[in-house]
Amino acid sequence: MELANIEKLVEKYLNAETTLQDEKTLRKYFKESNVSPHLQEYAYMFGYFSNTMDETFAQTIELEFKKSKKSTVKWLSIAASILLLFGIFIGDQAYKRHQAKKQFEQISKGLRLLSLNLKKGEVAVSSLYVFQNTQKNK
Amino acid sequence: MNQSDFLKMVLPFKDKVFRLAKRLLISREEAEDATQELLFKLWKTKEKISDYNNIEAFAMTMTKNYCYDRLKSKQASNLKLVHTNYKEKETPLDKKVEDRDSVNLVHTLIESLPLQQKIIIQLRDIEQYDFDEICKMVAMKPVAVRVALSRARKTIREALIKKHNYGVS
Repeated sequence: MELANIEKLVEKYLNAETTLQDEKTLRKYFKESNVSPHLQEYAYMFGYFSNTMDETFAQTIELEFKKSKKSTVKWLSIAASILLLFGIFIGDQAYKRHQAKKQFEQISKGLRLLSLNLKKGEVAVSSLYVFQNTQKNK
Repeated sequence: MNQSDFLKMVLPFKDKVFRLAKRLLISREEAEDATQELLFKLWKTKEKISDYNNIEAFAMTMTKNYCYDRLKSKQASNLKLVHTNYKEKETPLDKKVEDRDSVNLVHTLIESLPLQQKIIIQLRDIEQYDFDEICKMVAMKPVAVRVALSRARKTIREALIKKHNYGVS
């Protein structure tokens, strides 16, 4: 292909007026090694376009439903948050029970003290009775 | 339609789906995931597949829309930061280091184009679809497609010339 023609095509290419056939011609021209220097940038462009075509999707296509990694992570995080909530709930309950036990101990200690003192009082009062009785008998 | 029929049907365009996804999502892993998911979605609609007269164009449209959604979602925007360390694979054009740099530069230049121009240049200059098909895939008028394509090509060319003249490479 003559250089003049290529220059014309390249101009059309820039204006997006080339057909697919024209672009094939350009691709072929720029693949050849002796590209004139003032058209060098097109060689890079078409070189890149051709290279990119080589890239393929190499994985096997999965048509069965498969849990993706992302959904596993999602489910794991849901499970973890439920566990955490549950843990907080249990912990809170245990704390409350502990608190109640402490309270109970304190109250019973108080009551014990009270009853002890009451007993002391009773002993004192009973001695008063004895005193009263002896006075009456006099 | 059974699985092997389906696989035969998608074989001619699965790479195109992948390349478009990669162009838009940038990272290879993201693009691979997207391709798997898109093909799976397509397989799920297999009863309706015969109704589409151009399954390939339909798949490309689906890919474009799917990638748009992915890009919109936060997850993808977080990933963007990671994928700047992209490496182009070895090519037969490696004869000259400078040449390879310039060819790779084209990749970076396309990456910095607006989304729409990116898609159109991918569909036209790499996948070589004709204008009618591209119009359908991107849901744009032919004039608009041509304008976007022309702009994209000119931008890339000018950037390459600039780089060459300044002799940075």
